[in-house]
Amino acid sequence: MIHLETDVLVVGAGGAGMYAAIAAARNGADVILADKSLISRGGATIMAQMTTAAALGDEEPDSWEKHYEDTLEAGRGLCNEELSAILCREAIDRIRELDDWKVGWARKDGNITGVMAPGHSVPRCVYVDFLNTGPAVAKCLRTQVARADTVMRVSGLAINDVVVEDGVVTGAVGWNLEDETPVTIAANAVIIAAGGLTRLYQRNSASVNMNGDGYAMALRAGADLIDMEFPQFFPIGHLAPRLVGMDPIMWDPFRYKLGGRLFNAKGEEFLHKYGGEDAEKYTTTRDIISYGITKEHEAGLTTENGGVHLSFQHIPEEKLREAFGPVIDKLAANGIDLTKDTVEVAPIAHYHMGGIRVNGQMETSIAGLYGAGEVVGGANGANRLSGNAIPEAFVFGERAGRFAAEYARGRNRVWSDAAAQEHLDLLNTLISRQADASGDKAALGEMWFELQNLMWDKVGVLRTGDKLAVALTRIRELRIALADMVPADDAEFNMTLQDWYDLRSALLTAESVTLAAINRTESRGAHQREDFEKMDSSQEQNQRLRLGDDGALLSDYLPVAKGVAA
Amino acid sequence: MNAPATNSEKTAPITIQRGAPGEESWTETFDVPWRAGMSVLDAIVWVRTHADSSVAFRYSCVNANACKECIVSVNGKTVYACTQRLLEEGTEVGPLTNKTLIRDLVTDIVPPKENLRTILAERAKG
Ligand SMILES: Cc1cc2nc3c(=O)[nH]c(=O)nc-3n(C[C@H](O)[C@H](O)[C@H](O)COP(=O)(O)OP(=O)(O)OC[C@H]3O[C@@H](n4cnc5c(N)ncnc54)[C@H](O)[C@@H]3O)c2cc1C
Ligand code: FES
Repeated sequence: MIHLETDVLVVGAGGAGMYAAIAAARNGADVILADKSLISRGGATIMAQMTTAAALGDEEPDSWEKHYEDTLEAGRGLCNEELSAILCREAIDRIRELDDWKVGWARKDGNITGVMAPGHSVPRCVYVDFLNTGPAVAKCLRTQVARADTVMRVSGLAINDVVVEDGVVTGAVGWNLEDETPVTIAANAVIIAAGGLTRLYQRNSASVNMNGDGYAMALRAGADLIDMEFPQFFPIGHLAPRLVGMDPIMWDPFRYKLGGRLFNAKGEEFLHKYGGEDAEKYTTTRDIISYGITKEHEAGLTTENGGVHLSFQHIPEEKLREAFGPVIDKLAANGIDLTKDTVEVAPIAHYHMGGIRVNGQMETSIAGLYGAGEVVGGANGANRLSGNAIPEAFVFGERAGRFAAEYARGRNRVWSDAAAQEHLDLLNTLISRQADASGDKAALGEMWFELQNLMWDKVGVLRTGDKLAVALTRIRELRIALADMVPADDAEFNMTLQDWYDLRSALLTAESVTLAAINRTESRGAHQREDFEKMDSSQEQNQRLRLGDDGALLSDYLPVAKGVAA
Repeated sequence: MNAPATNSEKTAPITIQRGAPGEESWTETFDVPWRAGMSVLDAIVWVRTHADSSVAFRYSCVNANACKECIVSVNGKTVYACTQRLLEEGTEVGPLTNKTLIRDLVTDIVPPKENLRTILAERAKG
């Protein structure tokens, strides 16, 4: 066993986690930044392609208040207004700070330049060319983290459980992937920045590490989740033909820059039928497009693969090349010529609006436990604007780091092995049980497969009470089945032990999404119920989930936090 | 994972090198359902999902070619498994030979300053 000590432990090293580590360090704290994958590479941040929303106002008049109004409008009544305001106000500072750190924001006439994205009233989404925002941001933050002397960066360290004693965080338990060694970490404060949950869905834009660890960890530590019924489906995920080396959400930047048109299998534009706008403009928000495509599918109007056509055929080649440079060659290598071919697209699970319930200082209801980034709920309500997630990671990361450092600095380290024992016992039992591993070698893989299909079919874009009930029953059965499953007997890089822990999180998170979706008997934003098609103003409330003493999820409603704190 | 499934019964063989340091390595061949355009990563993910979940392999981003973790040797060449197309006639995958082997297809590509064992060893030296 390995034991470590620190002021602040940051779980997850994406945009939020790295920013948190930088901020905690510059506010005087010792930090351990742990990622179960490699620092800066394991999550969504490095995969993001383009839009980062901030009301810089350099090119044309803009203000954080306008950005805030757009965010609230998209959020369909459920935004935590304090969090949304913080996001929009401080996005500006973070974008400028990254500019100082030479991230390389695209510029026009000397100014950082922004594009228009659906739901924004001003072109305010800044980016790094070409489709390079995520990699550029990841590299830039990684360099800054490396410069912070008091940050210890650890790749391949998976955190399983936060340790809480008498209602106060004392640290965490995890394991070193390379050699399966249990690791305990005494920490005054823990920041969960473990990213999202979209790997729970069969069609997703996720990395393998986006399996809901953060939500499950927070629940087990006693913290609250909110708005878990709102995973966001990205409407035009790439479906066919098979592309390699390109993320399925790659078509969005093309649409920001060039428009593009959507047609059903009969060659008809269809968004107008669902309250959206057809033709060149890319103005229709994500929830409406996802809904429209899914409805076309139900009406038998999609392609053989189940998608619709996206076309840039009317755009001259020079314009395509000017906008996308080398990406056009990558497409050619995949056999696609956009001047001649359409591609097929369909909704794909992409982001999660819900998450850990925090206040403006990113504190959860458990003393010493903080959240940051996509894993936090509230700022985007029932539907997120494109471009709001990356700044959310930066802004909430910076705040979590700063406030956690303030809380942790100079506090006495309280650690007792006894409080960590149940978590260590579980890990040690799983490791020692491996000797009995036998039978179905792919049992854990098959469970993942079943869960992803179940979530896609029953808890996906269009929901009904019946489908959700079937999913809930099955998820609960799978949770029970997992308890008896045995990882393989491998001491090095034990993938099945990781699968086991990933599934433990994924199943609890899936249950949270499903239960919350059952309880919300209306359609709002990304949560669309076929048996309750209308929005119901009496349900303009946030649904909170907690874990009861018996391990069952408890749900209740809270009034939406209105008003902006100074 | 994100490509449409087809109903064809066609399969393609993928041969994976297995084993940890200190043991003789061996290979295992799996017949993977064939989909036009599929990547070597698609095939390894299929193996982990449906045949043997214990195959050790490092990858994160699946499709974006952003994480650069999936670097392996395919038919003797160093490539990213997620951008390398599977060959219908057969594909051999092994770990990088110029890096320390951890197990199966996983090698030590973690920067030393981020590796817990190395960090602790440095600290012990003072
Ligand atoms: C393909 C793609 C494109 C996107 N494009 C855009 C865009 O253009 N604009 C926009 O605003 N947003 C975009 N988003 C969303 C945005 O990228 C994310 O919401 C944001 O990057 C999340 O940052 P994060 O730091 O919270 O999480 P992540 O970047 O996902 O990082 C989480 C980290 O936590 C680690 N981790 C997880 N569990 C554990 C554990 N138990 N122990 C240790 N470590 C753990 C993971 O390995 C990972 O490295 C996109 C998302 C995707 C997937
Ligand atoms: S899986 Fe990320 S680069 Fe290949």
